Amino acid sequence: MAYFTQQLINGLTLGSIYGLIAIGYTMVYGIIGMINFAHGEIYMLGAFIAIITFLLLGLAGVTFVPLVLLLVLILSMAFTAVYGWTLERMAYRPLRGAPRLAPLISAIGMSIFLQNYVQILQGARVKPIQPVLTGGMVLTQTEGFAVTLSYLQLIIIVLTVVLMVAFSLLIGKTKLGRAQRACEQDRAMAALVGVNVDKTIALTFVMGASLAAVAGVMVTLYWGVIDFFIGFLAGLKAFTAAVLGGIGSLPGAMLGGLLIGLIEAFWSSYFSVEYKDVASFSILVLVLIFMPYGLLGRPEIEKV
Amino acid sequence: MLSIQGVHTFYGQIEALKGVDIEVQEGEIVTLIGANGAGKSTLLMTVCGNPRAASGRIYFDDQDITGLPTHDIIHRGVAQAPEGRRIFPRMTVIENLRMGALSTEDAYFDDDVASVFNLFPLLHERRNQRGGTLSGGEQQMLAIGRALMSRPKLLLLDEPSLGLAPMIVKQLFAVIKEINEQQGVTIFLVEQNAYHALRLAHRGYVMATGEVIMAGTGADLLANPRIHAAYLEGGHQGA
Ligand SMILES: Nc1ncnc2c1ncn2[C@@H]1O[C@H](COP(=O)(O)OP(=O)(O)OP(=O)(O)O)[C@@H](O)[C@H]1O
Ligand SMILES: [Mg+2]
Repeated sequence: MAYFTQQLINGLTLGSIYGLIAIGYTMVYGIIGMINFAHGEIYMLGAFIAIITFLLLGLAGVTFVPLVLLLVLILSMAFTAVYGWTLERMAYRPLRGAPRLAPLISAIGMSIFLQNYVQILQGARVKPIQPVLTGGMVLTQTEGFAVTLSYLQLIIIVLTVVLMVAFSLLIGKTKLGRAQRACEQDRAMAALVGVNVDKTIALTFVMGASLAAVAGVMVTLYWGVIDFFIGFLAGLKAFTAAVLGGIGSLPGAMLGGLLIGLIEAFWSSYFSVEYKDVASFSILVLVLIFMPYGLLGRPEIEKV
Repeated sequence: MLSIQGVHTFYGQIEALKGVDIEVQEGEIVTLIGANGAGKSTLLMTVCGNPRAASGRIYFDDQDITGLPTHDIIHRGVAQAPEGRRIFPRMTVIENLRMGALSTEDAYFDDDVASVFNLFPLLHERRNQRGGTLSGGEQQMLAIGRALMSRPKLLLLDEPSLGLAPMIVKQLFAVIKEINEQQGVTIFLVEQNAYHALRLAHRGYVMATGEVIMAGTGADLLANPRIHAAYLEGGHQGA
């Protein structure tokens, strides 16, 4: 039981990270009906900006941990948001109205470009970071097995919950959120009530990118190492999470992320680490066979 | 207030508007009639910048709005209840109205919603229902209400009576008159229901295959035998 609880904690942590990335996929899909194939790279950039900020803050002599974390989060979100905005400007906006395949390919191009850009600027080797936040709390102790929740895991889970609530409120209650939903449901009509559609789409990329940055910061802290290639697999997993939850659905993305995280954690600990990805993707296939729109997705059919 | 001068609009190779000239003065109700495919909806949409006029000029309040993005044109005081109603299906009635109010101050919202509910009491009962589940007629009312929420100077209505029961159509035209007379909104109305629409209008235009073929006061057009033959046969007079 203790072992199970421990895996549950680990899975939730991992799942939070996938969920944060998955939200970016699902929001962009919701508003332009396309998958942002460079989103994994945006997350990778978030991680690199985090590691650079950690180093700079260290050099500047800032050592108070909460302040360091806060600054790293804010700066990483801000810079990554700029990348998200640029991505939309370069890979998507010029191709608005083009056949659907065109922006897909330009996004893949952006993804390859960003990987190489980071590889050239930062080198191909793995980048380690000194542990910033250590320690944790022992929840239970039985038969020599201690269930621990590290402070970092706690932060990751709490931060994810806070961001989820904040984003749901933003989408549900604010002018920007309503504009986003309007663009999602009928873009031409949204313009006809005065929504600046281009700006709204750009802001959606910015929001997705800043959440991916949070995931990037957390992963940097959690694993302590990153490289220019981490965006690929994490992007794929988060995309899987978004599809599993029902692409276009915000709670779906979070649920999908958590499920993928939990499946990975439990599969690795009870079966074999090597096949954890096979397990996640198999579950995806199974869910899609029986629920083609994902767990919380909805069919496109609508009374007009 | 609205001046459309020599406007051409294309869909790819198809020329949907072939040099249209139309004037709408402040305070007027102007009705546009014409056969299916004449280009009426295209004209209203071109005024809003989507599709964009390929040539010619459109002035609103003496300002050239021809090249402006749609949302800019709306923020200047144009509102449209477009063809097909285009209600946001997964938003409630209230949220749809809130979308309509996007270009005005938040402080007006409560008053404006109250006045829309006053015009269309049915919408009040349905205020928390999702737009996509409203009946066709209810959606039509919501589309007009949503357009009014922006406190427009110019209201473009594309076949507002489409699909409504005859009783409701009568009420609808009374509401349009009320909006025009009491709220001072200028109205440019596209209609198939030529009899009612021309009777209501100060002036009217007739379009065929992308061109204006006739213009005059509502009464003149109603009395014109050619209009009668083409658009009024079939017992509309009795309605
Ligand atoms: N998106 C489009 N792509 C191509 N052609 C179009 C498009 N929209 C309209 N058309 C064409 O342009 C012409 C004018 O269409 P429009 O919708 O303006 O007619 P209308 O006068 O509003 O007709 P109705 O009374 O049936 O609503 C038609 O021949 C139509 O087929
Ligand atoms: Mg039409």
